[in-house]
Amino acid sequence: MKRFALAGNPNCGKTTLFNSLTGSTAHVGNWPGVTVDKRDGVYKKLDEPVAIVDLPGIYSLSPYTPEEVIARNYILDEKPDCVINIVDATNLERNLYLSTQIMEIDVPMVIALNMMDAVEKAGDKIDEKELEKRLGVPVVKISALKETGLKELMERAFTESKKSRAGVTVLNDTALAHLIGDVKIALKGQNVENPLFHAIKLVENDSIEVEMHKETENMIDEFKKTFKDDVFGDDFEALIADRRYKYIAKNFDSVVSRKNKEKHAMTKSDKADRVLTHRIWGIPIFLLVLFGIFHLTFSEDLLFLGKIFSFPGLEDLGVDIEAFGGQLLACFYDGAVFSPGVIVNNLWNNIIVNYGLGFGEGGWLYNLIAESGMQSWAIGLINDGILAGLGSVLSFLPPILVLFLFFSILEDSGYMARIAFILDRAFRKFGLSGRAFMPMIMGFGCSVPAMINTRTLADEKERTATIRVIPFFSCGAKLPILTAIAGAIIAYFGVGNADLITYSMYLLGVVTAILTVLLMRNTTLKGETPPFIMELPAYHLPQFKNLMAHLWDKTKHFIKKAFTIILASTIVIWLLTHFSFSWQFLEEEEVNQSILAQLSMFVQPIFTPLGFGSQLGQFGWVFVVAAVAGLIAKENVIATFATLAACLVAVAHLDIGTLDIAAEEGVDAVQAMILATNITIPALISFIAFNMTTIPCFAAVGTAKAELQGGKRYGGTLIFWLATSYIVSCMVFTVGSWWWTAFIWAAAIAVVVTAIVVKNKKQNKAKA
Amino acid sequence: MEKTLDLFAVGNSGIVKSVSGEGQIKRRLFDMGITPGAEIYMRKAAPLGDPIEVTVRGYELTLRKAEAKCVVMEVKGQ
Repeated sequence: MKRFALAGNPNCGKTTLFNSLTGSTAHVGNWPGVTVDKRDGVYKKLDEPVAIVDLPGIYSLSPYTPEEVIARNYILDEKPDCVINIVDATNLERNLYLSTQIMEIDVPMVIALNMMDAVEKAGDKIDEKELEKRLGVPVVKISALKETGLKELMERAFTESKKSRAGVTVLNDTALAHLIGDVKIALKGQNVENPLFHAIKLVENDSIEVEMHKETENMIDEFKKTFKDDVFGDDFEALIADRRYKYIAKNFDSVVSRKNKEKHAMTKSDKADRVLTHRIWGIPIFLLVLFGIFHLTFSEDLLFLGKIFSFPGLEDLGVDIEAFGGQLLACFYDGAVFSPGVIVNNLWNNIIVNYGLGFGEGGWLYNLIAESGMQSWAIGLINDGILAGLGSVLSFLPPILVLFLFFSILEDSGYMARIAFILDRAFRKFGLSGRAFMPMIMGFGCSVPAMINTRTLADEKERTATIRVIPFFSCGAKLPILTAIAGAIIAYFGVGNADLITYSMYLLGVVTAILTVLLMRNTTLKGETPPFIMELPAYHLPQFKNLMAHLWDKTKHFIKKAFTIILASTIVIWLLTHFSFSWQFLEEEEVNQSILAQLSMFVQPIFTPLGFGSQLGQFGWVFVVAAVAGLIAKENVIATFATLAACLVAVAHLDIGTLDIAAEEGVDAVQAMILATNITIPALISFIAFNMTTIPCFAAVGTAKAELQGGKRYGGTLIFWLATSYIVSCMVFTVGSWWWTAFIWAAAIAVVVTAIVVKNKKQNKAKA
Repeated sequence: MEKTLDLFAVGNSGIVKSVSGEGQIKRRLFDMGITPGAEIYMRKAAPLGDPIEVTVRGYELTLRKAEAKCVVMEVKGQ
């Protein structure tokens, strides 16, 4: 099968084209650097199927960022049958800069002039025939979004792929051409593939090339001595970049004719920017947007209407909430109109999972199994282990998706890049660039793509620091821990406010991230603040298709996780709680003798300073078990509570009253835990904090390992997560229980900070 | 008149004369189209005063003042 590679600038519509060609649902976004690894798909509309490889978006084939190196090595080493260079026609000048570099490689190539719909809408014209003639490479007009010109593009690429093409260069400046020609001939003599490309890179002093062709170093230096440029002297990298742009600028005017000659005309994007990145309003608007997203996702009182108008509750209205109609109504309203996120959540859990799938206690499937006459352990395993576990896992899907939808909208619209622009100054104080903000905020959705996205950060130390703190940006899977425990605190103790607890825990995560970054950048990961030179893409309305692609991708990933690793671990945990070390099936009352309980009791004392250790008595191990289960996947924490609550009810003879421990969201299960252990509010909050800042799930740990390329950085990262979570939760617990301990902590922090400052000063002096 | 880009006021425009700075930053500036002869228009500064946003080669680019300092400009008449 032939392979075509898609290469182009970030944000040129490459991934949209990839999706249109392959019908796949790869991740698309409107900020530079969403595709950070290559992806494959198949195009089937030609005579024979063709493999399409989506390379990361790059501005150049320089050796400075990992993405550029990935793209460059792919084209050079994997030798695709054709490179389709996607060029944003609305930004021809800068996009062609990359084209001039790809042209130098001996590979068939077609240029796709993308976003022609936007160009034509603006009334501009591009003479693609003329462009083709000047560049010597086929040029096809397309619109990836409107899916026009794709067939022609693929047909021409197919035709090209049958021919071979020798690299050509636009560096026709006579003296420079001479120098490059000499090096090329020398390389050709050594049978080097792509001699022109390598020759130019060697002249540029490209670090990778110089390393690869060490033997040619002296020869090239000899050649270079014969060359003199008045402006650039011997800075060949600068000279070559300059010559490329000069060539493009010279040939550019005759190809493009603009309707609007005015250079700085106000576009719609500019108007939006005047408000969204306003000197004064920019930051408040950003905070408002962030608050709005969380409000629309989690609030049970949309726009605070319930507080303002004091609507009557459903029971006051005489609605029978036991009946199906009443339940349906209760998904939308109860004394206040719910936010869209909560409505989706209710519909999914109450109507689909409980009624439709019959997972909950009293559901049709649950009853069917309970009355099936199987062995009691089998019924227990299926109903309390598998169904309860799956039910809780599935119940997390709505908030994850709703939150993800909002982030996708921010990303697609181009606002996310502005957030980096607004916040860069603040980030620099912590030794990061505004770019680090993007992966961090993605962490609120899921740590895995967030960690992969850190590849857009060129600085290795900045990347490591960012990967380490990403889990502190509480991901979608950690949210149920928050809502369940916060809900239980309010229901059981009758204090607090769910929004407030949720918001402040998110804030705690962010503050922890900031402080630990600051700490790392001043101790183990010292270094210069990396540069921040970034394109701000034009705003556009998010595409429905793209948004749905994002969501479907996420759903698929989650369901797969739910039915594999999470399901497996709930079964394992159920087995460990229902069997003793002598492999005896235990009745519910005997859960204290179970394998898991025994193991957890053994490590329980370690958690005493955090509030959920020895002081919780004989059932305190449930929190340890849940935290350990959370290392597999954070969804497990509350799912484990649901499983364990069923055991505890039997063994501790809990009078749980009207609590429904199998209910969605796990609020009642947590209340059962509180009943059994007498855990305090500070300890519960400390438990949340621990789960938020400790080692994340299997998937995220695996990603971190891959991104940090294992080794010392990775080991350090695991220790870092454990230490941070232990210290943060200990602080939360002690200060929450005995307020005056805040002074002790403050003193301890002051000592550490002073020690670091003094040490760094000494080192700086030693250097100077 | 010559001026580095970080000293530009909003609304100023000019032509790049030369670019200094160490390897990676300089290359990045070049790759993004800031080469001698390019026209740059200063659009705005971020709410906290830094970074700045400029128009270069028909698109919007953001960079820090520290990096803009590497770009020597010939200021155009108002």
